Amino acid sequence: MLLIECPWCGQRDQTEFHPHGEAHIARPEDPDALDEAAWGDYVFFRKNPKGLHYERWVHSHGCRRWFNVMRDTVTDHIHASYKPGDPKPELPITADGGDTTGTPKT
Amino acid sequence: MNRYSIFSLLRNAVNYHQDWQRAWRSPDPKREYDVVIVGGGGHGLATAYYLAKECGVTNVAVIEKGWIGGGNTGRNTTIVRSNYLYDESAGIYEHALKLWEGLSQELNYNVMFSPRGLLHLAHSVHDMQEIGRRGSAIRLNGIDSEFLSPAQVKEMVPFINLDCRYPVMGALLQRRGGTARHDAVAWGYARAADDLGVDIIQNCEVTGFRIEDNVVTGVDTSRGMIGAKKVGCVVAGHCSVLASMAGFRLPVESVPLQALVSEPIKPVLDCVVMSGSVHAYISQSDKGELVIGAGSDLYNSYSQRGSFDVIEETVGPVVELYPIFSRMKMLRQWGGIVDVTVDRSPILGTTPVKNLFFNCGWGTGGFKATPGSGHVFAHSIARGEMHPVAEPFSINRFNTGALIDEGAAAAVAH
Repeated sequence: MLLIECPWCGQRDQTEFHPHGEAHIARPEDPDALDEAAWGDYVFFRKNPKGLHYERWVHSHGCRRWFNVMRDTVTDHIHASYKPGDPKPELPITADGGDTTGTPKT
Repeated sequence: MNRYSIFSLLRNAVNYHQDWQRAWRSPDPKREYDVVIVGGGGHGLATAYYLAKECGVTNVAVIEKGWIGGGNTGRNTTIVRSNYLYDESAGIYEHALKLWEGLSQELNYNVMFSPRGLLHLAHSVHDMQEIGRRGSAIRLNGIDSEFLSPAQVKEMVPFINLDCRYPVMGALLQRRGGTARHDAVAWGYARAADDLGVDIIQNCEVTGFRIEDNVVTGVDTSRGMIGAKKVGCVVAGHCSVLASMAGFRLPVESVPLQALVSEPIKPVLDCVVMSGSVHAYISQSDKGELVIGAGSDLYNSYSQRGSFDVIEETVGPVVELYPIFSRMKMLRQWGGIVDVTVDRSPILGTTPVKNLFFNCGWGTGGFKATPGSGHVFAHSIARGEMHPVAEPFSINRFNTGALIDEGAAAAVAH
């Protein structure tokens, strides 16, 4: 069970929220100008990373507002949650040069 | 390979079972293979077996990160059925079911396929309409399917509570559906493939692909580079990880899917009962445990554990529908990582990289397809173009829009 921080309401139980997949995917400016490959790529294809994932959540049983979460998909550890429109947060770099996920710097 | 039979059993019994041959070898990887299969689960081993058996390609390696039967093959709820709505799905799942029916003889290995009948319950008017439509579509495809009244359901499962919070209004029955022993499927295919000359290389993780001029030439592994003329990736939940190594993305998201088993009890339930709209399906294993399949989490994760609320949402309806199970202890609970596509249908196809094939996206219901998936994927790899049964499942469908929107995939509401 995840404990998720809504940027407006604070920490709440995961069951109050609903996830909506990868964040920071901009809708194409002119969809009519795209071919099948580009449109399909926008609608369906995802990074689905094993590691850091930037994703959208909605506080569906709370304030009903959307926000973004930075979460590690291996450990489910949530590193940050931030309002839509805010820039992607960076992971703090640890003293040995790796990041806080334990991944050594390459 | 020493064939298993009543005579080999007697011979070895006399010898105190000391002379059984190992089921498959543990060879060192060769420098190069005609085909390398990444992923030693049921689908990958079946692919290797049919490549060697039917396509004449015996210079094949199956590379497995862990051990045979240790991944999703050993984590599913062992259900086999082919009661799907669309023609394309009926094509591949019924192809698989027909292979299941002769699989133990084919492999000389008891996969314990048990066509004990599979019920799909309907709890609402909408559910009744859904099974009405799907049941008729299944019959039009020549696959067995029967509509049952609540009284007929009660006859098959006498202790079911028809009039509860989730009233049972009817059911769809596939008598040829049932269960199989999941690890035995992997072991049986591994043994039979090994006998045909396939190298099964365990504890060997693929770390990258060798790609020259957009043509795959081999794989980098934890045991060094292994050359390959063709590569087939059959890695279920981790398909996006391999795709990113090869430089492309897939229309797939990986989520945990949970299951749980109870303490063993005497035989009480002799069929599989699925209940899509309340996310509960249940069968009883030959050991006597109730095997309960839960829903999947909605967020991407590779953590192999799911949320407690998903378990609660499953166990609640189970207790409502089957009050006699309410005081049973659950012994084990686990999660597997499943690769879910948006239309809940699998992906079998060529990729942007030449000679690199992917078989993935089976989501929450890949086990039942194991023999059929391996069979058509083997033929596709050998010929270099997709088998007609596999063709509709290309990655390209997410660009053309020809989706196979299969609500029956996990037989769960989505």
